[in-house]
Amino acid sequence: MSMPGIEIVLYTGAIGLTVIGLAGLLMVRNVFRMLLALVILEAGASLLLILSGFWETGVAPIILSGLSGNTPGQLMNDPVPQALVLTAIVIGVGVQALALALILRIKYQYNTLDMDKIRQQLEHDIASNAGVASPASAQSPDSLALARSGSMESAALATGDKHNG
Amino acid sequence: MRNFTSLLFSGGLAFLLLVLASQLPFGNPVMLLGGEIIQAAPDEVGTANLVAAVLLAYRGIDTLGELAILFTATAAVGLILGRAHASKAVHQDKDSGFITTRGSDLMMPLLIIVGFYIIFYGHLTPGGGFQGGVILAIAFFLPVLTRPGSKVDHGMITIIEGLAGAGFIMIGLWAMLYGKPFLQPFFDTFLGNSTLGSLWSAGTLPLLYLAVGLKVGAELAGLLVTIAEAPAVAEATAHTTEAQAVSETAKVEYK
Repeated sequence: MSMPGIEIVLYTGAIGLTVIGLAGLLMVRNVFRMLLALVILEAGASLLLILSGFWETGVAPIILSGLSGNTPGQLMNDPVPQALVLTAIVIGVGVQALALALILRIKYQYNTLDMDKIRQQLEHDIASNAGVASPASAQSPDSLALARSGSMESAALATGDKHNG
Repeated sequence: MRNFTSLLFSGGLAFLLLVLASQLPFGNPVMLLGGEIIQAAPDEVGTANLVAAVLLAYRGIDTLGELAILFTATAAVGLILGRAHASKAVHQDKDSGFITTRGSDLMMPLLIIVGFYIIFYGHLTPGGGFQGGVILAIAFFLPVLTRPGSKVDHGMITIIEGLAGAGFIMIGLWAMLYGKPFLQPFFDTFLGNSTLGSLWSAGTLPLLYLAVGLKVGAELAGLLVTIAEAPAVAEATAHTTEAQAVSETAKVEYK
């Protein structure tokens, strides 16, 4: 292993981006921030992939008019990871747009982007639509907070009536 | 506790990646496939930009699958957000002022020229269908940004997208007429003048790139416009009550 040059900096940066993205994805509770963390994670992964075909003295894999096609083989960077990353970026854009559309629907439906609140309301909705008791009882602090928050008031009342009856 | 576990997991991933990176042969590149392609591509495909050769000649079917994924994502976004709500929604936003509207009017033709330049020279210089397509999409999205109420012709976007996708596949089938594999760029009698580095080189590959660029541009423009036309959060309350009414009726039907 020869002395690593600028590559050690690039690899550290790519790994750092990946780890920042993963940590953000795990620790953040806002759904939109989770999407942003996913974007950072994708950038880090793309950088790692493209670095596998990069070295310090390489040039872009484009044949200039002065060079013939056969000689510059040892000078160029690997074109295969670059094409793969181009594919990955485009697919990443599609995934991000789809996630953004889903986040917009979540915002319309639940009027919040907090993961925990969304999960509570989702479980509540599923339970009330299926006609079974909510996983948390109607008197628990969560349900009371939900009922107080307003948007789920009628559903909470409906399940409460069912318990009484 | 949850944050601690997340940090531990992330630290483990960092350690794993660092260990993997430390075992790489720095300064001594291993390039088995790429080296072969760099040697062979100028004669086989005839592109000066070897990334374009990999993307469309050696991995053409993969690119077709990628376009299919992008189309699926666009269709799913249209399905989730819907156009019916967008047409009903009344945009409160005004135009963004004299400077930005005139600026976007000035930028639009320039962006279209740059986008088509990057698409047409994709086999010679850095760039290509995907990059140029994104620039084209931005050219058509800028007026929507500066004039939020303006109407966008979704039908035209769909027609361009479908024609470009059909054109990509037709060029692939055209290659099969000449006994070549599906989607392989080939030299025809009138596309045959192949000096490396000239605009009319690489056979049908620039045509494939043009189809990719138009398709990506139309799909991204449709995607951005659909998300931009989605009703603002302020209208969410009316929407929520509507959704709740729907779920109430669904509940009644269940009973």
